[in-house]
Amino acid sequence: MLVQALNGLQFGILLFLVAAGLTLVFGVMDVINLAHGVQYMLGAYLGASLAAATGSFWLGLLLALPATLACGLALEFLIFRHLYDRDHLAQVLATFGVILTLNEAVTLLWGSAPLQVATPALLEGGITLMPGLQYPLYRLAILAAGLATAGLLWLLVEHTRAGALVRAGASNRPMLAALGIDTSRLFLLVFGIGAMLAGFAGMMAAPILSVEPGMGDTVLILAFVVIVIGGIGSVRGAFLAALLVGLVETLGRSLLPELLRLVLAPSPARQAGASIGSMLVYIAMALILAVRPRGLFPARAG
Amino acid sequence: MVSALRAAALPLLVFALLAAAPLLGLGEGWVMTLLARGMILGLAALSLWLVVGGAGLVSLGHAAMLGIGAYAVVALDDARVTEALVVAPVAIGGAALFALLTGAVALRTAGVPFIMITLAFGQMAFFTAASLAGYGGDDGYTLYGRSTLAGTRWLESRLGFHYLCLALLAGAYLACRMLLASRFGRVLRAARENPLRVQAVGLSPYPYRLLAYGIAGGMAGLAGFLLANATEFVAPSFLAWQRSGELLFMVILGGLGSPFGAVLGTLALLLLEEWLGHLTTHWRLLLGPLLVLAVLFLRGGLVGLPAQLAGMRRRG
Repeated sequence: MLVQALNGLQFGILLFLVAAGLTLVFGVMDVINLAHGVQYMLGAYLGASLAAATGSFWLGLLLALPATLACGLALEFLIFRHLYDRDHLAQVLATFGVILTLNEAVTLLWGSAPLQVATPALLEGGITLMPGLQYPLYRLAILAAGLATAGLLWLLVEHTRAGALVRAGASNRPMLAALGIDTSRLFLLVFGIGAMLAGFAGMMAAPILSVEPGMGDTVLILAFVVIVIGGIGSVRGAFLAALLVGLVETLGRSLLPELLRLVLAPSPARQAGASIGSMLVYIAMALILAVRPRGLFPARAG
Repeated sequence: MVSALRAAALPLLVFALLAAAPLLGLGEGWVMTLLARGMILGLAALSLWLVVGGAGLVSLGHAAMLGIGAYAVVALDDARVTEALVVAPVAIGGAALFALLTGAVALRTAGVPFIMITLAFGQMAFFTAASLAGYGGDDGYTLYGRSTLAGTRWLESRLGFHYLCLALLAGAYLACRMLLASRFGRVLRAARENPLRVQAVGLSPYPYRLLAYGIAGGMAGLAGFLLANATEFVAPSFLAWQRSGELLFMVILGGLGSPFGAVLGTLALLLLEEWLGHLTTHWRLLLGPLLVLAVLFLRGGLVGLPAQLAGMRRRG
């Protein structure tokens, strides 16, 4: 139970790293970026191959961060810049095109077989939380790194000038532009940082998940769930919603089959439990949206 | 009159080509399979267009209606009922009922929350289908054969199935046009442009949107019935959100300006995939940039292309 709760928190933290960029891009620039999941995948691949090339997980991580940042900036410059004044549907189709292209490019470069990434030696093994209860050290490290990143992001958004502009943009974009702020530079910055955060999440996830083309798609849809529950444009909302979604998803899948076994025969209990467990996140989202269509912590004014 | 003819020219041409395809020596198995798939998904995309283009609400859960139609075929096949005159109405009714029930909740919102709520209902339907152990669960269900039509094996014949799909697609397209031109359609479109004004003249958009959503669900259910018969296999992947996304991309690529855009977008995307797939196994590497370019340069989708070209010629 405690292990599952920790797994849920750790999954939630990863989701937050992806969702933070997504919610800022959506909130500040009003762009629906389906290609955000691809940036998570790129992070995992770049981290994995740079780690293999340099022989060190840490060096790979260090090099992959600027690499994903560069990928994000290039995408913004080449494609997204031209989509800001278009409607959401055009953005959806264009970013779908980006997904197709990059998924296939990754298959072409790295092959379609999943890549394995070794856990760094420093963080191998487990840690005894309680007598008889071991938990992998690496997962705890993800939790810590994610929390640290969330803290940094909070400082950046709440206590710097750029952060104030980002918050202003999420609240009322035309007003920000009317005040003479260079929004195109701000957008480039937000997009690049969002891409880097997603890439960072991908790198962190690489040793515990399989690195394969299309790995971003599942994360993407959950990240959208997170930002809508949390309120579009709100980093704080995304953080709480990500933890909620991570916990619900992990605990639902592991505990429901057990619970249903109390009332049902083992085989139908496993079947029904697994499917209801996967559904829980969506049921929660539908309920929250039916009551509060703008999410738990709406950022937009008016 | 001339403009009405010009507006009807493109749909007429495409439907005529589809009707003539088997006669033009394109009667080979894989071509017919591809065309049938195009027409069926075209019908599904057309029903989605009614929601997205007609009512102005973006749904990301439309594959659920398609899948419910397909699973109606499975459920009746399992109960040894294979008569299309029974199966098709059940498929349509089941999908329409699902649309009305979920729409009643989802339509309380609009915009991005509507996208996400429809996604949520779609995912619930998907996980339910995956847990139906009696119908194969994750692995899907292989049908014993195609449905019979009034006791005959008409659907088994390649030509018969082709023309049935074409007739249903053309009929659905005409029905959509008539629906949009009716008073009901005018209120629907007015609510898309400005819901507040519609309320100000004393109408509530909600029942109109709900009915449109239900009709779209029924049409998608019919498409699901046809799709199950075309592939003779049904799996939960029919209901996956990726399929909903695909339908949405077809609608957007075709253009929201006219219901025919949905049909055009579907055919264009499927034929493009097929053609690029013949060129290289990494066809997605070509399709992706093409889609991006289409968005950047085709402002009104494919149906807007003639007007856009005419505009460019006039400007010189």
